[in-house]
Amino acid sequence: MKRILCTLLTVVLAASMLAGCAQTPAATEAPATQAPATEAPATQAPATEAPATEAPAASLTGSVATDGSTSMEKVIGTLGEAFMEANSGVNFTYNPTGSGSGITAAAEGRCDIGLSSRALKDEEIAKGLTGTTVALDGIAIIVNPANTVSDLSLENIAKIYTGEITNWVQVGGQDAEIVLIGREAGSGTRDGFESITGTKDKCAYRQELTSTGDVITTVAGNPNAIGYASLASIKDTVKALTVDGVTPSEATVLDGSYAVQRPFVLVTKGELSETAQAFFDFALSAEAKELISAAGAVPLA
Amino acid sequence: MTKQRFENFVHGIFLLLGLITVACVLLITVYLVISGIPAIGKIGLIPFLFGTTWASTAAQPAYGILPFILTSIYGTAGAILVGVPVGFFTAVYLAKAAPARVKSLMEGAVSLLAGIPSVVYGLVGMMVLVPGIRVLFGVPDGASLLAAIIVLAIMILPSIVKVSLTALEAVPQEYEDASLALGATPVETWFRVSVPAAKSGIAAAVVLGVGRAIGETMAVMMVAGNAANMPSIFQSVRFLTTAVSSEMAYAPVGSLQREALFSIALVLYLFIMLCNAALNFFLKREKEG
Repeated sequence: MKRILCTLLTVVLAASMLAGCAQTPAATEAPATQAPATEAPATQAPATEAPATEAPAASLTGSVATDGSTSMEKVIGTLGEAFMEANSGVNFTYNPTGSGSGITAAAEGRCDIGLSSRALKDEEIAKGLTGTTVALDGIAIIVNPANTVSDLSLENIAKIYTGEITNWVQVGGQDAEIVLIGREAGSGTRDGFESITGTKDKCAYRQELTSTGDVITTVAGNPNAIGYASLASIKDTVKALTVDGVTPSEATVLDGSYAVQRPFVLVTKGELSETAQAFFDFALSAEAKELISAAGAVPLA
Repeated sequence: MTKQRFENFVHGIFLLLGLITVACVLLITVYLVISGIPAIGKIGLIPFLFGTTWASTAAQPAYGILPFILTSIYGTAGAILVGVPVGFFTAVYLAKAAPARVKSLMEGAVSLLAGIPSVVYGLVGMMVLVPGIRVLFGVPDGASLLAAIIVLAIMILPSIVKVSLTALEAVPQEYEDASLALGATPVETWFRVSVPAAKSGIAAAVVLGVGRAIGETMAVMMVAGNAANMPSIFQSVRFLTTAVSSEMAYAPVGSLQREALFSIALVLYLFIMLCNAALNFFLKREKEG
């Protein structure tokens, strides 16, 4: 009896493992996508670019491998999920390694489409890479909700991060030392933030954390901390500051009035496979715009 | 004859499996040395090992890893300083004084502690320990060498307790009986007879703890702050391990930055080899005497 039970359990376990495998590609694309109905009308700006590509034919098979920016996880996950839903024969994968790795992977042909949350550098374009902006992302400057400061100028943000301003009282807050939270060297968000604020290589970080989530958790846990994170991933546990009086939002990023923003770029090299091309077209289509804004980024007008 | 052939066949399989392990070690060693040497050559051994500034992505890059080396040494030493007394006395208590039920309960708890993944230690450290240190010591931020030391001390407890316990339990009963018969109290017996008799095993436990502490990455990455500062107790610091892991994902292939990260890994590897050599030395001594 015991042996039978044991065998049965083993079989069940093995079966569940197989089932788990089968579901993995779909399961990785978790972010909810059923929000488009509630979207802001910002997506309906005049379509000046080429007419939107038709939804790809259902007969597509093969795989699309993407690799790169961790900040693009939500956007690319949502797009990939929708793409797979429309094309059941396609296997879509996303490898969150960071912008630098994604660009390298695209250059070395290890993935179909590289994902970068910064514009390509000249030397990267010289390697034969093409960058296509798919969306814009605002970088929010976040502080603890208990902090009384709610607006900073871009100049003051730079001064804070370079260590010129070290106490909140200097920018109208309480008398407490400012704790600078940032990302690790090489992070797309850090690169974006430092190049926008002009603080490259000059930031005197107290903590260098390796993910957006860690930054938010840390800022939420320290009343004197300041950090930066992708606008799309901001939670209620932290307060996003207005910059030069402009609230970070989809509209202000799109019209350029919110200063701390950067592009989300699809990086390709040469001809794409038919399936990858279909995804590429889909990502730039009008249909994708709603998905992109549902994922918290700002689609191009 | 067939029986003999079967025996040979099995021996062959075992040898092959054994060789896989050896091959892995060799492969990793060779790979690390080959990929770690070039950057040291380009940067220079002295500026690399004793440079105090690490700015790998700056326009004027600097690749000095002294802050990481010192942080790893201080962090490990601190963890040993905190963890060894606790672990050692726990082991003495469990081996000699604890009632059977308490002993089995505590041993279970220690095993459980060993089984907790390091990311969980890191998470708890980040949510509880880091804010705790900030409030308790009135420093602007709790992510510091101290937080890392405390997390590491807890993480090395299981290896210290278990290995010391095994060594203490292996002390022949006759030694203790003799000591007690001569009129020594139990406590005197434990510390004058049992512990000295088990000292190589306990030393091995400490070395094992050093090895574990110096190689730990995930947990310290989450609580130490990771700024490349020279170590100080309330300062945000970066360990050798976290220096490699936090930048490796982003370092472009073929860049000096990436090569330098391999060099850091090589330095770390040498440290751990040193620990292993020490461990082997103590274990061998225990076997002999």
